[in-house]
Amino acid sequence: MSDVILEMRNITKIFPGVKALNNVSFSVAQGEIHALVGENGAGKSTLMKVLSGIYPYGTYEGEIYFQGKECRFRDITESEKLGLVIIHQELALIPFLSVAENLFLGNERAKNGVIDWNESISKTAELLERVGLHESPNTLITNMGVGKQQLVEIAKALAKEVKLLILDEPTASLNENDSEKLLELLLQFKEHGISSILISHKLSEVNKIADSITILRDGATIETLDCRKDKITEDRIIRGMVGRDITHRFPPRDSKIGETIFEVRDWNVYHPIHEDRKVSTNVNITVRKGEVVGLSGLMGAGRTELAMSIFGQAYGKRITGTAYRHGKEIDISTIDKAIDNGIAYATEDRKAYGLVLIQEVKNNITLANLEEISKRQVINEPQEMRVTSEYRDKLNIKCSSIKQLALNLSGGNQQKVVLSKWLFASPEILILDEPTRGIDVGAKFEIYTIINRLASEGKGIILISSELPEILGICDRIYVMRDGKVVGEMPASEASQEKVMKVIMTQQEVTQ
Amino acid sequence: MKIPAAFNEATSATAFRKTMGGLFRNNVREYGMLIALIAVMVFFQFQTNGVLMKPVNITNLVLQNSYVIVMAMGMLLIIITGGIDLSVGSVVAVIGALAGVLVVRYDFNWALVVLICLLLGALIGAFHGYFVAYQKIPAFIVTLAGMLIFRGLTIALLRGESVGPFPRGFQNISSGFIPDFFQIPGIHLTTILIGLLLSILLIWLDVRARRNQRKYGFEVPPFYIFVAKNIAITAVVLGFSYLMASYRGLPNVLVLLFVLISFFSFITSSSVIGRRIYAMGGNEKAARLSGVNTPRLLFYTFINMGVLAATAGLIVAARLNSSTPNAGDGMELDVIAACFIGGASPMGGVGKVIGALVGAFLIGVLNNGMSIMGVGIDWQKVVKGIVLLIAVLFDVYNKNKSA
Repeated sequence: MSDVILEMRNITKIFPGVKALNNVSFSVAQGEIHALVGENGAGKSTLMKVLSGIYPYGTYEGEIYFQGKECRFRDITESEKLGLVIIHQELALIPFLSVAENLFLGNERAKNGVIDWNESISKTAELLERVGLHESPNTLITNMGVGKQQLVEIAKALAKEVKLLILDEPTASLNENDSEKLLELLLQFKEHGISSILISHKLSEVNKIADSITILRDGATIETLDCRKDKITEDRIIRGMVGRDITHRFPPRDSKIGETIFEVRDWNVYHPIHEDRKVSTNVNITVRKGEVVGLSGLMGAGRTELAMSIFGQAYGKRITGTAYRHGKEIDISTIDKAIDNGIAYATEDRKAYGLVLIQEVKNNITLANLEEISKRQVINEPQEMRVTSEYRDKLNIKCSSIKQLALNLSGGNQQKVVLSKWLFASPEILILDEPTRGIDVGAKFEIYTIINRLASEGKGIILISSELPEILGICDRIYVMRDGKVVGEMPASEASQEKVMKVIMTQQEVTQ
Repeated sequence: MKIPAAFNEATSATAFRKTMGGLFRNNVREYGMLIALIAVMVFFQFQTNGVLMKPVNITNLVLQNSYVIVMAMGMLLIIITGGIDLSVGSVVAVIGALAGVLVVRYDFNWALVVLICLLLGALIGAFHGYFVAYQKIPAFIVTLAGMLIFRGLTIALLRGESVGPFPRGFQNISSGFIPDFFQIPGIHLTTILIGLLLSILLIWLDVRARRNQRKYGFEVPPFYIFVAKNIAITAVVLGFSYLMASYRGLPNVLVLLFVLISFFSFITSSSVIGRRIYAMGGNEKAARLSGVNTPRLLFYTFINMGVLAATAGLIVAARLNSSTPNAGDGMELDVIAACFIGGASPMGGVGKVIGALVGAFLIGVLNNGMSIMGVGIDWQKVVKGIVLLIAVLFDVYNKNKSA
């Protein structure tokens, strides 16, 4: 039973400026369920992308052995041919095709290019039976719930004669019942000799079904725990996940906190498409003058959704609740009203939502506050150049000129352009969503310094970050979110990584 | 006016390039199109034994292409937002038909009718804009529907026949010339004077722009390039005014074109609204999250297009001196082609007035030159199609090379 089906040796993967994986070794035994855990950004998904050939051979260092043979996958079809199937967090099904069509997509049951529908349908029915899904093979994907779609994904993997199934956060969007079913299915597969790798943040389910657990942290393997030998507690896993030496340095903070300047009360938001799904529930948040408030939580906890719904209802539907600035109720029902009321939101996805990449740095910086540099709708270009040059110098944006295209800047510098844009709009409350994602340590330090300076100038800052050390390093107060609710609040002085992680993890079982 | 603003932009965009080579490399799109235009003109000048550049033909060329240029100004803005308007040919027809029916059949005052037509154009634009901006229906589909609707309404209004002729005052919209205050035989002195004033204005604007850039510490191109450029521009402006003056002076339409081109150059290069249109086309989500009311902006660009299409409709009707059911047929394609030949990107966010202008002239010279040479309408279309493809291929090639 303990034959090794997969072995990854000394995998190193470097992105420009970031070492995402550093000499990682990882092996899975035949017929086991192996959990891969770690914080966001620890390198779990990157490792799986290396394994499945999404990052092809040659873009990483190290070796992969599958069933004893060295593999050099050039793309995902090569790894699937060997029975290595990955199911991503975002499902990859085509909504307006039927279950049968999706199951055999790219793998059609056909003769000379003509699809054999009889075989497709009967084979589909058989596969659906195996995953315990009672649906007609002709049902359109769009008419099924997420839980069932997840099962279709697994049936799709079975259609490819899977030997090692990789599931990336499979239960993240499932309810308790569906999750239970899915885990049950994995145990069944194990009986039939199919091994699985399970990536999950839900430590309870990891504990329930995993045979062994590998913990990744900062792109390195920390340890592999064997659950068959001794009972592993969740605390033990959490310690492994966060117990790092502080690798990022934070500039010293000397906070002078004043009165409450911004408050959100009883904030409720529904999903823009699935209108009966609540994404924020009765959220109450306050921000004081000169304070940096952290919003902590796992991916999908509803932090970005909350922030964007506050920022002029940029996200969500049927939004209710009230917002106050200096104790007075304010109207933030549209983005320009929110900006006028001194709120700014710097997005987590700077390329898709933050910057007009094909335009100059200068145009990006002034976009949110063109009134400031124009008179009667006419832009004063010399003035624009002057103010944008000032921001370039103040934030140390490295560009050949303020007329360089935003496209050609590095991630850290693009982030500084986004920050400049919002600073130029001179807000009082600044919401920063993952401001240091994907940028190097040096640039991170600069961003922290800017945050400190803004706080000392009397602005209120809401910081969304998935990196706990960052939250602990620069915030004064921390809200912990889970499932669209604020489930904990603590001053940073009393918080620790273990404590925050514990609130996130334990609340999760309570709320289910 | 137009030309000043556009060239200002060119100077600032090249502020960091010191050499001629650098100047060219970084503006390869604009210079490339200009060179292509000049090459095509030289080619036809020889092929037509000098007919192309004759004052009377130049005047014709301007008149024939004026409506393409008028509509290209609006189309450019729509294309920058990432949209398209297929209905403009039909809008030209329906406005012409309305003018014909009101002026000829019902004997309305023509000046009042012009006003009504422009208003109706705005309304048609708002109609398209509403569905595109607020109902989020792709512009391609909305304006395809508009194309059918307004062509049908044209035929209904005219009951399938041509309506005309128009009174003299209405005809002058397209075939009139500005008055000459000096009455010197053989030369239209007012035109020469306007040319002189324009050159002085252009030089003054460029000097001012250069001074400003210096003041803010930006590098400027070397002095000899600055001088050479201004001499070249002055020569073109004066040469052109002389050509016009030796026929009947400046056509009214040309004056209108000057006004529109200056206005839209200004809008695209220096106004808040223009900046927002580019931002919206470059990244709609980022623009919206920066507080830009993107649906409203989109709505406005369609209203603007409607008014310009109505203007073109009036020019066409005045020029033909009648309203015909198939007026403006296929014109949307010339207008769209002018924008794309001029470097606008179908993905949005990219495009310049000067480019659309050069594109429109290139198409115009091709039409005109081939007609003089006696090339049939069939082959004219083939050639125009190939030119469009080459121009866009040139863009793609440049983009790949720089990436």
